[in-house]
Amino acid sequence: MPAIFSYIFSVDFFFMWIRVATPIILVALGAVVCERSGVVNLGLEGTMLIAALFGVLGSYFGKGLLPGFLLGIASALVVSLLFAFFHLVLKANNVLCGTAINTLAAGLTVFVLQMVTGEKGTSASIKSYSYPEVNIPILKDIPILGEILSGHNLLTYLAIVLLFVVMFLLFKTPLGLRIRAVGENPHAAESVGIPVVRIRFIAISICGALAGLGGMYLSMAYLPIFARDMTAGRGFISLAACAMGRANPIGVFVSALVFAFFDGLSNILQVLRIPAEFVQMMPYAATILGLTIYSIHRAHSLQRKHS
Amino acid sequence: MTETQEALRLEGITKVYPNGVIANKDINFSVNVGEIHALSGENGAGKTTLMKILFGEEKPTAGEIFIDGDKVNIQNPSDAIRLGIGLVHQHFMLVPSLTVTENLILGIEPVKGLRIDERKARDQVSEISKKYHLIVDPDAKIQDLTVGQKQKVEILKTLLRGVRILILDEPTAVLTPQETKELFYELKLLRSAGYTIIFISHKLNEVKELCDRITIIRHGQTMGVFDVSSVSEEEISRLMVGRAVKLKVEKEAANPGAAAIRVRGLTILDDSGKPKVKNVSFTARRGEIFGVAGVEGNGQSQLTDAITGLGGYQSGSIEINGLNISGKSVREIREHKLSHIPEDRMKTGIAPRLSIENNVIADKIFRKDFNRFGFLNLSKIAAYGLEMVNRFRVSCKSAQVHINSLSGGNIQKVVLARELSSDPDVIIANQPTRGVDVGATEFIRQELVGMRNQGKTVFLISSDLGEILGLSDSLIVLYEGEITAYFPDASSVTEEELGRYMLGVEKQSDAEIRRAVHE
Ligand SMILES: Nc1ncnc2c1ncn2[C@@H]1O[C@H](COP(=O)(O)OP(=O)(O)O)[C@@H](O)[C@H]1O
Ligand SMILES: [Mg+2]
Repeated sequence: MPAIFSYIFSVDFFFMWIRVATPIILVALGAVVCERSGVVNLGLEGTMLIAALFGVLGSYFGKGLLPGFLLGIASALVVSLLFAFFHLVLKANNVLCGTAINTLAAGLTVFVLQMVTGEKGTSASIKSYSYPEVNIPILKDIPILGEILSGHNLLTYLAIVLLFVVMFLLFKTPLGLRIRAVGENPHAAESVGIPVVRIRFIAISICGALAGLGGMYLSMAYLPIFARDMTAGRGFISLAACAMGRANPIGVFVSALVFAFFDGLSNILQVLRIPAEFVQMMPYAATILGLTIYSIHRAHSLQRKHS
Repeated sequence: MTETQEALRLEGITKVYPNGVIANKDINFSVNVGEIHALSGENGAGKTTLMKILFGEEKPTAGEIFIDGDKVNIQNPSDAIRLGIGLVHQHFMLVPSLTVTENLILGIEPVKGLRIDERKARDQVSEISKKYHLIVDPDAKIQDLTVGQKQKVEILKTLLRGVRILILDEPTAVLTPQETKELFYELKLLRSAGYTIIFISHKLNEVKELCDRITIIRHGQTMGVFDVSSVSEEEISRLMVGRAVKLKVEKEAANPGAAAIRVRGLTILDDSGKPKVKNVSFTARRGEIFGVAGVEGNGQSQLTDAITGLGGYQSGSIEINGLNISGKSVREIREHKLSHIPEDRMKTGIAPRLSIENNVIADKIFRKDFNRFGFLNLSKIAAYGLEMVNRFRVSCKSAQVHINSLSGGNIQKVVLARELSSDPDVIIANQPTRGVDVGATEFIRQELVGMRNQGKTVFLISSDLGEILGLSDSLIVLYEGEITAYFPDASSVTEEELGRYMLGVEKQSDAEIRRAVHE
């Protein structure tokens, strides 16, 4: 047992924790915006995957990071608008729409990958660009703290900035107020002339862009290549983080960190030769445990208030 | 005051809903600038439909709209608001978790740079609320407001949008007499400021007190326009209903017997731990109609849910006919001869897409006559359905039609049929005549009195003051989850008196309230 703790309380672990958390934070923030407008976007997994591939392809064809960024975001937006069109305009059930997007993404990415590279597994054979790592001037020289917090990928720092941007958007701007109103009582919003469908389109697009960033992080930061199915359920974990954080940006940020902690832990435990299946189960078991503790706590505090 | 000038005119409005209901039939309707114009008619007459057409929420099948003499094309609420028309819906259109200010500025937010200018928003809100004497806390969340306050927010919402023509759809239906008085004062203030108001109501005394002219519609057709001062209440009511009706319930004095529902020290918390029912004790006896009065949202729903087994409670005890219902399932409680006419008939009362006959046997499906070795006895069910339809005078093509094709009153009769035919001892009736037409209301009230005459207990929850005072033998008043009054003889109580207890302005002494326990 002590071996585990020495791993956990190491600088490397904290550094890795932040690395693993980044995509979940980005995508979960997207899920928050969507959820607040009253839409559960179950196509996040597929949206991430598409952006992960097209970001790589954009940087390969455009020979630079910027074309990659643009194509990645654009592809995520196209997929999101597709979801929005089917769900909002054609009024298809969101579980169906989401599943369709995810299935489509899984197939399409492999197909396009093979067309471009001739391989079905990874994009290792083509030269793509990654987002740079950033050393933060003063912070990087502080022992331990600097080692943990400095030197991360640009997108990691962007995720933190975006946390505040999303909070600002939702709680301080007219658009945010409208998103929240539409999500909670669409009839009320409609009765003061707010176009409900248009607001949801916007929310789904914002969510798409964030999911795109999360996807690109995987193939252009976490790893330098695209690999098939590389999202590995992170889209769904982000949705779970959004639900656990009750669609509140700070709460969701914390939930994302919790999930990432177990994800990171599973990396270490594999080193300790604990079966991979057990380890992969842990984030989910942690969710169930978390929710159970949460509801027990709530029941208790209810009773306390009462007596 | 200059001579009268027309603010708006609707011409030849006809509305056929997709399900074939003709809600408006060639209606003409005209309102003058600066008047309070009543639009009256029974439930289902088509008042709300007409106003939704004016507000752009429904498209007319035929007809034209003129504002200040110009023909206009109103496609959606934004168009209507731009033309100066505002509608306060019968069911409030507010976002519960947002603050008053946020609800008010929604869609017209003042901005400073990218962000909402919160200071300016608050200033705008407090300015307009002072000007028209509509005082609400701008920072309170909607979910914490009383119904009366929510209504103020709704009115402010339209005023803030620069509306000149204000429509109120049955604004007094959910208010206490005191709140109604306040509303009337505010509306008169608005009238003298030059606003045009359309006031929908079927309460004639209100129309008499407040309005200048009245348009009456019946079955989707205009029955005439009158100066309120030159037409009698009898005349109006005859035009609305088409015949003379008696809504006063005839009943003899009650003869209460043994305890049927015993509630002791009952406390119910909501999900966030707020008490919704606080230490409530009472006894409802056999052979009486036991009324629960109160403004909606003061614990009535939680209390009924607890008694019927649909919702839990945190402490105290409930006994139905001597059975302590703690831990008992809804079915066990119902088998103890309890019936329930729920508040929301569309959600809890029926299965909308099943036939009438399937709805009436829904609670009897375990019985041997209808169910042999797990198979339904369809011919018995059909015969029973027919019997119920006849006995409860449900007007329908056959008992096999989907129940949601019926009107509200007839749906309620089906609910009544199911609940009263299971030979109950205790009937929980929650808002039994809400949204039900006059004829069916009469019928339902008579049935309930009939049950009580047979020595059964009727537990009546109603926010309709006339109903609760007219039907109940004894009654309690709930305010913020507490009993504020017990009246052993409901016939001795006036609406004003009841209103004071409903608003929490007055409260009886503990000793007086304890009389409700009957021990
Ligand atoms: N959305 C709808 N679809 C079908 N029928 C409706 C709809 N809304 C109302 N109706 C029907 O139209 C008639 C008029 O209803 P409404 O305008 O609400 O009457 P009122 O406001 O006078 O009580 C009723 O018979 C009602 O059942
Ligand atoms: Mg109506």
